[in-house]
Amino acid sequence: MSETLLTINNLHKTFGEKVVLDDISLEVHKGEVIVVIGPSGCGKSTFLRCINALEDIQGGEVLLDGEKVRKDAKNISQMRQRIGMVFQSYDLFPHKTVLQNITLAPIKVQKRDKKDAEKEALELLKKVGLEDRGNDYPRQLSGGQKQRVAIVRALCMHPEILLLDEITAALDPEMVREVLDVVLNLAKQGSTMLIVTHEMAFARAIADRVIFLENGVIVEESANPEEFFEKPETERAAKFLKTFEFERE
Amino acid sequence: MQSLGIDVLLKGTNMVRLLGGLWVAVRISLISVAISIVFGVVMGVIMASKNRVAEAICHVYLEIVRIMPQMVLLFIVYFGTTRVFGINISAELSAIIVFSFWGIAEMGDLVRGALQSVPVVQYESARALGMNDYVLYTQVILPQTIRRMIPLSINLITRMIKTTSLVMMIGIVEVLKVAQQIIEANRKTSPNAAFGVFLIVMLMYFIICFPISRLSMDLEKRWSQN
Repeated sequence: MSETLLTINNLHKTFGEKVVLDDISLEVHKGEVIVVIGPSGCGKSTFLRCINALEDIQGGEVLLDGEKVRKDAKNISQMRQRIGMVFQSYDLFPHKTVLQNITLAPIKVQKRDKKDAEKEALELLKKVGLEDRGNDYPRQLSGGQKQRVAIVRALCMHPEILLLDEITAALDPEMVREVLDVVLNLAKQGSTMLIVTHEMAFARAIADRVIFLENGVIVEESANPEEFFEKPETERAAKFLKTFEFERE
Repeated sequence: MQSLGIDVLLKGTNMVRLLGGLWVAVRISLISVAISIVFGVVMGVIMASKNRVAEAICHVYLEIVRIMPQMVLLFIVYFGTTRVFGINISAELSAIIVFSFWGIAEMGDLVRGALQSVPVVQYESARALGMNDYVLYTQVILPQTIRRMIPLSINLITRMIKTTSLVMMIGIVEVLKVAQQIIEANRKTSPNAAFGVFLIVMLMYFIICFPISRLSMDLEKRWSQN
């Protein structure tokens, strides 16, 4: 097994009285793709948001390469640059062009040269088939195109790990494919990713490891996705997977 | 057709006096608008924050401003304070106080609305990209907020300019009052002056307000194309 990139130890998260994540521990290795599935409200999105400290946590720790990720820490900006994140929707800046969206953080946060950043942005756009849309505004793009741009925007910061939070959940079905293909390509190139999704076929194809989360706890974890999706060990996972199947009696 | 009576303005220093009156009105609105924008932004940020007490106070304030006619406020500040508190403030200062009191409340509400209309995920995706608060606000949040605010605040500003015509009720000689004085003084020689002079006053308000609302229209158009 390659080296550990991200370590989560006994993560505990509550909203007021409600426990959202209860004692979650996980190790993510370099180049690994982990898919987190589970019923809505199980805490999987919150889990991702805790990793780059968009949420504060009530216990445990998140370590990236041995360095703590903490919301109120001085180096939180540096840490977040190393953790890319794509959201469900509305995350592009509507008043900026596609190119400006992608290069804003590299220029303003990483202080990179504008020309360099733009050159890289265009190369990345080309990879996702949007090289001619650089000067368009987000509202001129379809939902699938927007999400591809959002992925490129995250990639342009050269993150060590990518968090994808239900990035196709707000899309029309015919646009899901184009976005997921991009993610599949990233996986082939060895990107480290933590993915929350409801697309089970996609999860099965891309995952090195599957985590089934329910009520804030990891109910089942499997390093063999094929087996997990065919024959999960726990009854709750089986019940959950069953909801995606349709049969005519 | 009878004479419109505009010729009255060519007599003596009448036109200069009228322009002087216009300047008084413009001065009052400029100062009040400037104060309203600065403190309105502060109030908007407070209202958009999650502080319940501050929010409640701002709400009461806003409702008072909305319910009270500006004229009543002018009378309270100008006549009332002198009697009750024994402080003697000039009419123009009273006018500026009332107009700012009004402007800050409405501007604050506009800023609040604009701030709250920016989706939370905009803040989050900017933070996730490693932006600090300075970059987040200057590059992402404020540009979006200002775009949403410009048309509504221009509307407020022109309303404030127009409402300065009320300040003659507390003895300020602004453009409308000067116009009245000119008409009164020339009642015998040109009885039609009321029409002509007020027509010119109307044109003056138009000349002041039109470029402002034009600017708003242009900005809206330019941004909607983007």
